[in-house]
Amino acid sequence: MAWFKRQSGELDATGEKKVRTEGLWVKCENCRQIIWKKDLEDNLQVCPKCEKHFRIDARARLAQLLDDDQYETFDGNLVSTDPLQFTDLKSYSSRLAQAQAETGLTDAVINARGKLNGRPVIVSAMEYSFIGGSMGAVVGEVITRAIEEAGRTKTPLVIVSASGGARMMEGVISLMQLAKISAALARLDEARVPYISVLTDPTTGGVTASFAMLGDLNLAEPGALIGFAGPRVIEQTIRQKLPQGFQRSEFLLEHGMLDAVVSRKDLKPYIARALDFMAA
Amino acid sequence: MRASSSRGLSTAAKAPVGDSMLALSGAEFLLSMVEARWAARNGDTRKMDSQLKTQQELEKIAEQLAKLEALPGQNEDTRGQIQQLHERVHALESQLAVPSATWLKIELARHPQRPHTLEYIERIFTDWSEIHGDRGFGDDPAMVCGMARFRGEEVMVLGTEKGRDTKQRVFRNFGLPNPEGYRKALRVMKIAEKFSRPVISLVDVTGANPGVGAEERGQAEAIARNLRDMSRLQVPIVTAITGEGGSGGALAIAVADRVLMMENAMYSVISPEACAAIMWRDSSKKEFAAEALHITASDLDRFGCIDEIIREPEGGAHTDPAAAAELLAESLHKNLVQLKTIPIPQLLAARYDKFRRMAQFFQTEP
Ligand SMILES: [Zn+2]
Repeated sequence: MAWFKRQSGELDATGEKKVRTEGLWVKCENCRQIIWKKDLEDNLQVCPKCEKHFRIDARARLAQLLDDDQYETFDGNLVSTDPLQFTDLKSYSSRLAQAQAETGLTDAVINARGKLNGRPVIVSAMEYSFIGGSMGAVVGEVITRAIEEAGRTKTPLVIVSASGGARMMEGVISLMQLAKISAALARLDEARVPYISVLTDPTTGGVTASFAMLGDLNLAEPGALIGFAGPRVIEQTIRQKLPQGFQRSEFLLEHGMLDAVVSRKDLKPYIARALDFMAA
Repeated sequence: MRASSSRGLSTAAKAPVGDSMLALSGAEFLLSMVEARWAARNGDTRKMDSQLKTQQELEKIAEQLAKLEALPGQNEDTRGQIQQLHERVHALESQLAVPSATWLKIELARHPQRPHTLEYIERIFTDWSEIHGDRGFGDDPAMVCGMARFRGEEVMVLGTEKGRDTKQRVFRNFGLPNPEGYRKALRVMKIAEKFSRPVISLVDVTGANPGVGAEERGQAEAIARNLRDMSRLQVPIVTAITGEGGSGGALAIAVADRVLMMENAMYSVISPEACAAIMWRDSSKKEFAAEALHITASDLDRFGCIDEIIREPEGGAHTDPAAAAELLAESLHKNLVQLKTIPIPQLLAARYDKFRRMAQFFQTEP
């Protein structure tokens, strides 16, 4: 039996490398140290040796942010109708079916109502493993409904982004979600309901260029890739190697694009503190 | 994936020659089916889905043939048959290479002689006074903004400008705006709002500039802010997509009460080339990507993502720029006149509802 296994897995739809781990130990891709899985779990999936923040799924995120892992999900039953009948090397409908089977979700986001250190909140958490967390008509609608629900009930909103951007298999339909969500956020802004945007690894493209950058506070986890254009696109355009740390959270902080870089264990207290400031 | 395909090859290499004969007749059979289906499409070039499928099937057959060729111990006969099948595949492939109606439109949208924003401004408006700079970083020549008069009325005009000759193109960064371009656009929209003047935006942009500086200065933030603030700008906004509507870089100046699109313009979440490179791992599949993405004016109209298609002169806007400008002006005028009769609160509610209801392609599971 393999007690240690690291598969440098296949490329997913966004070209990001997935690292799958099995067994009791994992190797940190940053510091190359071997970590006991249990230690990693106890440390919120952050490497205890180098502070590398491993990607976590939407359910783990909700469990970490919401008190006692108690929350109620809503709008979890929307399914894409594949408006373009898109087919590349594989049909979009089969990609959807596969992602649905693998994640148990209908699309790349979960809306939840719960409490964050005792304060009622609405959290939309994106699921990166669902077609790269990409945003099509379902993600756009589900997030818009979370925004509307926050506005209707005057409940602070937290959106945790993890996305390669718009879902190209829904073409311009996915592009229009940017306008829809941003318009809904304008209304939430006018209603003076707090909105905290949390950017996690990775947050790029149309998600960054809409709701992820529109928080009253835009927070990011350390080391997250955050940008508009993907690093490969930029590299191809300028035909140069990109500087070390380019488009990482710390880079954005330095350039004034983030309000704070907050480590995973501090995220919940930071948001709670911000909500105290913002709530009347 | 690599592991499974190499496994496939090694199995094939061990197969006896009899199996390879079987595989060959299998490939032949598949090819005949593809040929028959392609012939049955009756020259209907709109049937691109079938074209795409045909292309994919041909690739699979070619792959099979290549594997067969690699097998040892084949006689003259088999090799000749494989060669014949290769030729049939090539023949069909060359028929597939004929540009589609969609691709011809895209070439028109990007035509080097197609009228650009400044040319339309010159032809449509009077008393143009350009406004520069974002008051933060600099002036972005890829985005032009200014006060103008439109059939006697004061309007704020803004749009992306690609530049005509090489020098201009470089100066204008090929019309790829940086964050300061989007911030300038929003700044002038707020001036228009303060003085109750309508906004007209003209979009012809490959996309927002992907670059180190653009990222450092917050390209995403600039676009996001425009999307949010345009949705609540308290004056009428009319947008015309005149050439390329390149994703977020276009939408950032297109959250409008009326979004018009010229007949041969395109509007897409990603360029066909980039989509092909990602999804097909081959940028030469751009025509398939263009087809699959549904990016023409009629596609956008069908999806309810635009309000009106503006007719172009026969052969495209570049064949008669004066006529194209006149058709554009007519449509802008008609829409502005309608919008000006609507009280601002209703206008904003309608703008919100329009984007709220747009692109709702989902169903609810029980
Ligand atoms: Zn580590």
